[in-house]
Amino acid sequence: MSHILRIENLHVAVDGKAILRGVNLEMKFGETHAMMGPNGSGKSTLGLAIAGHPNYVITEGTITLDGEDITEWEADQRARAGIFMAFQRPVAIPGVKTADFLRHAATNVRRPDRKEGEDLIPMREFRKELKAKMSQLKIDTEFARRYVNDGFSGGEMKRAEILTMAMLSPKFSILDETDSGLDADAVKLASASIAEIGRDKMGLLIITHHDKLLEHNPPQFTHVMLGGRIVETGGAELARELHDHGYDRIRKTYPDAEAANQEMLAKEEAVAV
Amino acid sequence: MSTDIASSESIGEINKYDFRTESKAFFKARKGVDAEIVNQISEMKNEPEWMRNYRLKALEIFNSKPMPNWGGAIDINFQDIYYYLKPTDKQGKTWDEVPQEIKDTFDKLGIPEAEKKFLSGVKAQFESEVVYGSLKQDLADQGVIFTDTDSAIRDYPDLVREYFGTIIPSTDNKFAALNSAVWSGGSFIYVPKGVKIEFPLQAYFRINAENMGQFERTLIIVDEGASVHYVEGCTAPMYSSESLHSAVVEIICKRGSRCRYTTIQNWANNIYNLVTKRAVAYADATMEWVDGNLGSKLTMKYPAVYMLEPGARGEILSIAFASKGQHQDAGAKLVHCAPHTTGQIISKSISKGGGRSSYRGLVKVEKGAKKSKCNVVCDALILDSKSRSDTYPYIEILEQDVSVGHEASVSRIGEEQMFYLMSRGLSNAEASTMIVNGFIEPLVKELPMEYAVEMNRLIQLQMEGSVG
Ligand SMILES: Nc1ncnc2c1ncn2[C@@H]1O[C@H](COP(=O)(O)OP(=O)(O)O)[C@@H](O)[C@H]1O
Ligand SMILES: [Mg+2]
Repeated sequence: MSHILRIENLHVAVDGKAILRGVNLEMKFGETHAMMGPNGSGKSTLGLAIAGHPNYVITEGTITLDGEDITEWEADQRARAGIFMAFQRPVAIPGVKTADFLRHAATNVRRPDRKEGEDLIPMREFRKELKAKMSQLKIDTEFARRYVNDGFSGGEMKRAEILTMAMLSPKFSILDETDSGLDADAVKLASASIAEIGRDKMGLLIITHHDKLLEHNPPQFTHVMLGGRIVETGGAELARELHDHGYDRIRKTYPDAEAANQEMLAKEEAVAV
Repeated sequence: MSTDIASSESIGEINKYDFRTESKAFFKARKGVDAEIVNQISEMKNEPEWMRNYRLKALEIFNSKPMPNWGGAIDINFQDIYYYLKPTDKQGKTWDEVPQEIKDTFDKLGIPEAEKKFLSGVKAQFESEVVYGSLKQDLADQGVIFTDTDSAIRDYPDLVREYFGTIIPSTDNKFAALNSAVWSGGSFIYVPKGVKIEFPLQAYFRINAENMGQFERTLIIVDEGASVHYVEGCTAPMYSSESLHSAVVEIICKRGSRCRYTTIQNWANNIYNLVTKRAVAYADATMEWVDGNLGSKLTMKYPAVYMLEPGARGEILSIAFASKGQHQDAGAKLVHCAPHTTGQIISKSISKGGGRSSYRGLVKVEKGAKKSKCNVVCDALILDSKSRSDTYPYIEILEQDVSVGHEASVSRIGEEQMFYLMSRGLSNAEASTMIVNGFIEPLVKELPMEYAVEMNRLIQLQMEGSVG
């Protein structure tokens, strides 16, 4: 199988405020990419724009999946086409059992052409699969009966996101700080889980500040985001450098991007006040 | 299925009833309500004199009472309604006459053929005797009475007369008075001391067109230490050519007993659904109303529990869904008349497509009802900017030493929730349906399994097509 996700000259605005200013990125099925960069540089924005969040408006540029332009697609269409994002802060859906949610999601993603609301994956079959995946990911089976992300601890949420990914087997996965808020053991588990699903069975974009997750999932490519642009791309050694020495070199090397980043942060503060 | 003696006996009983109705087959009272009509109804039913007088008295009260000046707008011409139809009349209708949209909805709900015909008024008798036969024998062996109220008046006159109209007198409100004058059908249940009925008693078991009619009258007596769960209504849209449904339900929970009364109703859009439901609970008795209201033009319904003696409990769970052109004015009423009584109201309403839902609730704590506790939670979910939700909580507390809590919330479906679900492959409609189902889940999980499933499917139908 070979799939390509291509992002060209992507400009994204939120509430009329420009955030991404021309991002280019190409990912192939089976590759692991790391996306690093200081706070507020636009990493999550990139992920959300790829996933199709309606508030993240693409003002210029295109996203194509296997040559098909998906820039205008709704989030559900993208999910069905194989795009997945594990969110930094997943929202709770009270009253909706995790198992029911996953059964709908998995059915839709696996059989995108079926008539809505009909013929879900047979209950028995689904339960068996879910149970197997949960035990693989060392998630308590009781989890399935809990309401989606409702009252989950930080770690539980992240694991639920990984479980969802495992159930949906996407072509491309964006993991947004899936390691943050997890202790060392949990990160190990999350990494093992990703390995279990199979790094070679999807294209992986790992958004992270630190190298914990990357240690277990060495990237072929490391990108550095600053001021809404990818300013540098390297290999695994770049991730290590940034982890050990921070972003000082990057900030100095790309003063324009650094200025843009400061400007976004200032606006953010102004909004917060 | 079973053709043993037990069930054929009970079929015999039902047939006897049929014979009675068939003997005066083509009767249909003329439109309007007056003494002549009321007399006619009573005569058709061969009622004892006291019931005829009760009806006539109620008619006077009805005529003298003004329309309620609160709740929703009611525009009914009382003289343009048929108040009494013989079931055999309805049988004259053919399946072809049932509107297509009703048929489609039946199909979507997967309602069995026999049931469809009954629900749409094509068939008068729901063919459930086979199922019900053996159950009925079981109940009869324990001394349980479960019949329609017309038969009860004939077969258990003393018992009915002792309680009929004692909980909801004709003077209570205009629509209770109307019901008292023209009522027909409804269920009568008596559960003897200490008898605990394990499975829910369903109106289904003994349904016929007459008691599914517009003015049914239900009376339930749960004797000391007994328990029963009664389920009425069905989730298919109830189609009726008449525009007014006005039922009265009275329940007596004696010392240490327990009663749960579950209703899920989905009325056609032209119906005024104005229902009075009230229960009294004696010492350590528990009364629970679970009330789901969908459809109708206007529903006004506030199930009530009067806690008369120490240790009594009253719980009311209410779900209302108002779509386009619908007003659900639903709520609850709890009256604490004795010390150490406990009440709870949980209300969830959903408004969509310009629908309006109102929570109207009364909590009253009488002087001397010390150490009583009452908690009210009402949550409203509004699906779009055209729709509306209001809360009218009335609280009257005449006793100091009590604890009463009230929480209300109004929310809109969150963008972030929608995006989250859609990013997992759910369509816009599926995502909002899922959020709505989640919203009412705390109540739905209290329903018997098959009703819970139907409720979720109903929500799905209500949500279909019009989510923006
Ligand atoms: N929903 C939003 N509303 C307003 N501003 C936003 C929103 N999402 C992101 N931003 C702004 O976009 C910039 C980049 O944010 P983000 O993509 O979250 O950065 P990162 O993930 O790299 O920390 C920040 O200045 C942030 O304030
Ligand atoms: Mg981020």
